[in-house]
Amino acid sequence: MIEFITCSSEEIDVLLHGEVDHHFTNEIRPLIDEKIIEYRPKILVLDFSGVTFMDSSGVGLIMGRYRLMSEFGGKIKVVNIPSYLRHVMRISGLYKIASFDFMEDKNENC
Amino acid sequence: MKTVNSMNLKFLSRSVNEAFARTAVSGFLLSLDPLLEELNDVKTAVSEAVTNAIVHGYKNSIGYIYISVSVKEDRRVTIKIKDKGCGIPDIEKAMEPLFTTGGEERSGLGFSVMDSVMDKIKVTSKEGSYTTVTMERRFSSKGE
Repeated sequence: MIEFITCSSEEIDVLLHGEVDHHFTNEIRPLIDEKIIEYRPKILVLDFSGVTFMDSSGVGLIMGRYRLMSEFGGKIKVVNIPSYLRHVMRISGLYKIASFDFMEDKNENC
Repeated sequence: MKTVNSMNLKFLSRSVNEAFARTAVSGFLLSLDPLLEELNDVKTAVSEAVTNAIVHGYKNSIGYIYISVSVKEDRRVTIKIKDKGCGIPDIEKAMEPLFTTGGEERSGLGFSVMDSVMDKIKVTSKEGSYTTVTMERRFSSKGE
């Protein structure tokens, strides 16, 4: 479900796999928060390249981690967002709090 | 307008069933040969409504969630998601973007997302009794 690629006081890089819904976020939230509290990194990178579905629970997950990171001046970056998740990300207004990096449209016609 | 296909689902309000619910509905709609985007939008809307039923309707309990889907001749799809939970005291307030009673980890965007991916949404509720979310989306025809 999640894989920690990097864990240091500089950066925590998390790769998410699968469908990000309320059930999924309840399972992974404590795992990510444990690492944040342990390392207190300057930046938390959430890599969405392996995410095949997301609803507004994913928005809640990003907002919650933003709050936690802000407590000690850390930043949050969301990377490799597949094109089909853009819609939910856009209406959330998350652009104001996190830096986003979208994937190129490779599979637009499938 | 004639109904050409329909189905019903009943399952417990356990969060593990969120994936089942949206996958079952999208699987049922495969016979319409939908666009990937249409299917994804419906999955998202179902996931939002089912999550609301689990998180809010059956807040401190477990109960049944009922889904019915019907398809009309003109490819209009109606999805009804019902719980017999606590109900919503103020529907208008509940549908405001960012409003939530679910605490800091909930975004308050569930209804906004449903509204933005479906053509129509209607919510009826009675406190202490039930909540029903009825959503409609017309699927495009081939070559449209």
